[in-house]
Amino acid sequence: MIVGGILVITRKNAVHSALALISTLLAQAGLYLMLYAPFVAGVQIILYAGGIMVLFLFVIMLISIERNMKERQFNRQWLVGIIAAAALGGLFIAVYTTTTRGRTLFIEGRMAYGENQNTQMIANLLFDRRAGTYMFAFEIASLLLLVAIIGAVVMAKKRI
Amino acid sequence: MHAMLDISTLHYLVLGAALFLLGIIGVLTRRNVIIVLMSIELILNAVNLNLVAFSRYWQSIHGASALHGQVFAIFVITDAAAEAAVGLGILIAFFRNKETVNVDEVNLLKW
Amino acid sequence: MHELVQYIQSYLDSPFTPGGAGNIFWATVYILLVFVGLSVAVIAMNWLERKILAHMQVRLGPMRVGPHGLLQPIADALKLLLKEDIIPAEADAVVFWVAPFIVVLAAFTVFVVVPFGPTHAITDMNIGILFMLGVSSLSVLGIVTAGWASNSHYPLIGALRSSAQMVSYEVAMGLAVVSAIMMTSLNEEGQGTLSMIGIVEAQKAQGEWFLFKFFPLGIIAFAIFAIAMVAETNRAPFDLPEAESELTAGFHTEYSGFRWSLFFLAEYSAMIAVSSIAVTLWLGGWLHPFPNALNGATWDLVFSLFPGITFLFLAGMCFYSTVRMPKHPLFRIQTIGLAGFGAVLAVIGLILFVPGVRVRVQDVFWFSAKVAGFMYLYIWYRGTFPRYRFDQLMKVGWKVLLPTGLALLIVTALVGMRTEIWAAIAGGPR
Repeated sequence: MIVGGILVITRKNAVHSALALISTLLAQAGLYLMLYAPFVAGVQIILYAGGIMVLFLFVIMLISIERNMKERQFNRQWLVGIIAAAALGGLFIAVYTTTTRGRTLFIEGRMAYGENQNTQMIANLLFDRRAGTYMFAFEIASLLLLVAIIGAVVMAKKRI
Repeated sequence: MHAMLDISTLHYLVLGAALFLLGIIGVLTRRNVIIVLMSIELILNAVNLNLVAFSRYWQSIHGASALHGQVFAIFVITDAAAEAAVGLGILIAFFRNKETVNVDEVNLLKW
Repeated sequence: MHELVQYIQSYLDSPFTPGGAGNIFWATVYILLVFVGLSVAVIAMNWLERKILAHMQVRLGPMRVGPHGLLQPIADALKLLLKEDIIPAEADAVVFWVAPFIVVLAAFTVFVVVPFGPTHAITDMNIGILFMLGVSSLSVLGIVTAGWASNSHYPLIGALRSSAQMVSYEVAMGLAVVSAIMMTSLNEEGQGTLSMIGIVEAQKAQGEWFLFKFFPLGIIAFAIFAIAMVAETNRAPFDLPEAESELTAGFHTEYSGFRWSLFFLAEYSAMIAVSSIAVTLWLGGWLHPFPNALNGATWDLVFSLFPGITFLFLAGMCFYSTVRMPKHPLFRIQTIGLAGFGAVLAVIGLILFVPGVRVRVQDVFWFSAKVAGFMYLYIWYRGTFPRYRFDQLMKVGWKVLLPTGLALLIVTALVGMRTEIWAAIAGGPR
């Protein structure tokens, strides 16, 4: 996954970057499976790798011009960018290694619930009449998708 | 030998942080807008990985139905899809006007 | 050393891999079995398609290569392997190489969750049907990159058309699938399931195939899925992107030899995969017809004789054709070959009568028989219907199948919840 990420940000050809991102997303889905989250893995494969990346590939094909690949690929402030990222990385390392309670976030060996009921339990959280806490967020997400559809169509039309 | 294979939550968090850093480097240093958008997707993926890893940790404490992290991750994926669509729409509109996909050359407001 | 042996042994015994596959060793064995079975099925499909199309068009099809053309697929495979591997000059070599790989990967990974029997799946994921739909949508990526990498306009147009078609019909497929999944939640415990084995078990528990449930809703959902699956796999009558008279073979124009055979393999595997989805969701998976009405020991015995009878019937057809072969000395090898093939089929049929084998083979046989019926439908469509024009294709996908799917979803939900709705209306506020 790290290799895929590095390939995404360093390739000149945008199609190569897109393919590297697809492999990263599929590896991410595999990681979700290892974390006993099969529903999120399935959603990732369908939406991210099968939907968003198709969108990206279409747009790359529409607007990727030959001249672009021969130009300079990195910004003029790439050094500042890398320094900022390194500083952030230092912050991460500081947080992850110097905590008092020790980051032994245990998994207790193997848990009894594999993934037999994973989808059903997510549905409980989302939809259950009494215990579902995410119903409102669900409706708002559907509204957001509607707004995004209208926005994307309006932005990409030739004549409004 | 088995002890080496025990993957704790910390490992996932470190991986998420590494991906996040890669995404940040991509956003800050590349000129091609599409690559910047793809780096944003990398960042969102790193965040999702953190969320799901923590949901697993939460499950080990609070029982198997504490899947809040996973539900949150699903919402993040949905929002990433919406944002990618709108971002690419903006990109297409922008490309139609200026005929370039480099971020540097969007400098009409520069003094 | 002892620790190493213990480590290896723990892999052979440990029951824990995410996904419930059992352990890695047996999962690998099952994967190899499915892979071999799939390859045999694709080869058989090649021959069957040419023969059946030919017979529908009142001609004979391949007759020369083996007896009745039985060795034709092998000849085709040899030719494709020995052909020169051409890469266009301006094409992007990396992407050109990767594209058929993605399509084949997507088409074969789907079979991880296909249920051949109540315990005969490689793994029974909790999200079985979601996984199948998602992975089969990854083949769109492979097609788009194949068209792009060929660096010439016919493949590019074919690839964009093909991927637009596949994406549109995925939506219709998804809606039909969701309305079938909703029917699984009408069990006693009121909880549906996405796992493929769970869907078939739900059909068994509810006593009818979902095809006939809430008549005619099941049939309409099945019809939507059947139309969408033909369009999803770029088969006739929706095969404009790869039609030879329109686009010179579309996105796989520039691929020759082995790479083309990878695309071809992926197309047939995708056909078998979406047929498996249709069979599992609507036609009752591995259950023999009338799973609950004709139950009991004698009917089980009768239904378990079917595999053996089918193979003996095929062997009988072979022997009949052997008898009718022309009695020319040049045809002797073909006659002997056909008789030998018939003998092999007869032996398999006789083995399938042995009681021990009979019980185990039954589930796989019924599943394969139903999928084979779907394959025949595919070939039938190809021989019968004229091709859709691309705008007509998209119109059918978005303006006909999508509203029908949505309406069907809502009506199925209402009909499925009719007792609760009635209680809510008639019972008043809680």
